[in-house]
Amino acid sequence: MMRYNRLALYGLLSVAAIMILLPVFIMVSTSLKSMDEIRNGSIFTLPVDPGFAAWGKAWFGDCAKTLGDTCGGLSSSFMTSVKIVIPALFLSVGLGAVTGYSLAAWKMKGANVMFAALLVGMFIPPQVTLYPLIIMIRELGIFGTIPGLILVHVIWGVAFTTMMFRNFFKTVPQDLLKAARIDGAGFWPLFWHVMLPLSLPILGVAMILQFTYIWNDFLLGLTFGGRAGQPMTVALNNLVGSQFGEKEYNVDMAATMLTALPTLAVYLLSGRLFVRGIAAGAVKG
Amino acid sequence: MNGVELRNVTKAYAGLTVMEDINLEIADGDFLVLLGPSGCGKSTLLNMIAGLEPTTGGAIHINGRDVTDLEPDERDIAMVFQSYALYPTMSVRRNIGFGLKMRGMPKDEIETRVAEVGELLQITPLLDRKPSQLSGGQQQRVAIGRALVREPSVFLFDEPLSNLDAKLRADMRIELKRLHERLGRTIVYVTHDQIEAMTLATKVVVLDKGRIQQVDTPENVYRRPANRFVASFVGAPTMNFVDGKLAQNGEDIVFDSGAGCLPLINVPIEARDLVGRQMTLGARPEHMLFDDTGISSRVLLAEPTGPDQYVRLAVAGAELTARSGPEQIFRSGADTRILVDGARMSLFDPQNGQALLRA
Repeated sequence: MMRYNRLALYGLLSVAAIMILLPVFIMVSTSLKSMDEIRNGSIFTLPVDPGFAAWGKAWFGDCAKTLGDTCGGLSSSFMTSVKIVIPALFLSVGLGAVTGYSLAAWKMKGANVMFAALLVGMFIPPQVTLYPLIIMIRELGIFGTIPGLILVHVIWGVAFTTMMFRNFFKTVPQDLLKAARIDGAGFWPLFWHVMLPLSLPILGVAMILQFTYIWNDFLLGLTFGGRAGQPMTVALNNLVGSQFGEKEYNVDMAATMLTALPTLAVYLLSGRLFVRGIAAGAVKG
Repeated sequence: MNGVELRNVTKAYAGLTVMEDINLEIADGDFLVLLGPSGCGKSTLLNMIAGLEPTTGGAIHINGRDVTDLEPDERDIAMVFQSYALYPTMSVRRNIGFGLKMRGMPKDEIETRVAEVGELLQITPLLDRKPSQLSGGQQQRVAIGRALVREPSVFLFDEPLSNLDAKLRADMRIELKRLHERLGRTIVYVTHDQIEAMTLATKVVVLDKGRIQQVDTPENVYRRPANRFVASFVGAPTMNFVDGKLAQNGEDIVFDSGAGCLPLINVPIEARDLVGRQMTLGARPEHMLFDDTGISSRVLLAEPTGPDQYVRLAVAGAELTARSGPEQIFRSGADTRILVDGARMSLFDPQNGQALLRA
């Protein structure tokens, strides 16, 4: 009986894995093919003569084919994405850590109301607040700029990170906070020396999730970025959707892979930390 | 005065008064134990002395200084918690030195003092470990070290030994007592364990329902409980209680429960004035004496504990426990004779539970 259960379990997991991995396989293999091969072969076959020509084209662009000042490659928007993600990531996670900490560890008036408001903020779909947010950012005079887009990401991220940190810090034993008070640690020393070091697993998870979210964002980037703040996802969309003539599937696939690569790398490099953090949150929270 | 003084301290949560009018003087160098069942307010009281919980009314003085509105770190106190509350991410060295660092003490001075404390508590080899790498007993030492290093005038202990196993608890108890004798600092110590209270304290405060029941030496709390609560809370197995009245039987005084008369010996003079009054007799198992002149009683059960045995008896319409040496054999159902040592008995008012005889 046990054996059949195992078998069923592994069977199901294999199907799930194939369903997820097959598109990735098709993307990678197609991106390594030449257009001739794509035209004449099946999408499931391996490339006969694999090459990185399409990847180069996706990254640097094809100046013969595009209009305007750039050649349509993703390299410049990659840098834009980096310039957006890094400050937005550190600001949203850092702010979330501090606000989560103050909500959890300090008895301040209205803390629960604040927390409830943050929760509501987290569950409102971004589309609903898009237009008011546009007006706000416009009035601040940073619409269509990288700082404007960063601000929007921070506003959106901070509700989520605050909740993560608040829930984690709530699990810290009261005695520890009391001991710190007796030792004379005030707001910031308690945060820096005691709480933040404790929260490393959660910090890791928050960083990874926020990185993924901001990097993969399309809607906010499209709406608030303008031309100057066009992140990689938006550029990818333009590249895939606006070519003349024959569709270069290999270039499209390569461009998609390039866009997905940073998040993939983050997951692979931090996989263990990520799982540990999720587990820590699950057991304690 | 040096030491700690509580004046009319009151604590209320959302209008509900949990402690009222607590007055307490803790002399410099005292080892004061706050003893009581869970929920009696002993930890609340300690937290108020520490400044971790605000008082609703009254004043707290430490070394003659009014600290009622001061932060915990301004009160010249240190505290040891039941859960140890060590900083998990810091080494033992940093744990102990953290309070000094927060006070802005120079690094080399912190080093020296941490080393001294490590030496004193014999934890020098552990200084570079993390708390998670230590046993419960070692963590407890570190927690004590963190308090010692600050050299405060008052140490506060919140059930520090409750998380240790029985043997380690006994060892740590002895060490704490030694430490107190060596340093001579004032200690306020919260526990629900009467053995800790009896062995460690120079003064015991018994608390129940947010009120002080008795403040006295451990001996007096045991021998002369101020009321029925103290009598039943302190001592294991618990004191025997029988309702009835003292009666004259010729020359002798006996205790008449209505269903039989318990003979008393060595009855103090004051007790003779109480003859005829309705009351509750309290007698500890060791003050129930097996004696041929006693009242006939039936053995229900004998519980040998090693050094002695506790015998459950049906006598004078009540079930009482008497202590006996381990040699004698008590069979269930057998007859024996018992009387009460009147010199060590307690008598309580049946209405308010207050002791009628005071030393």
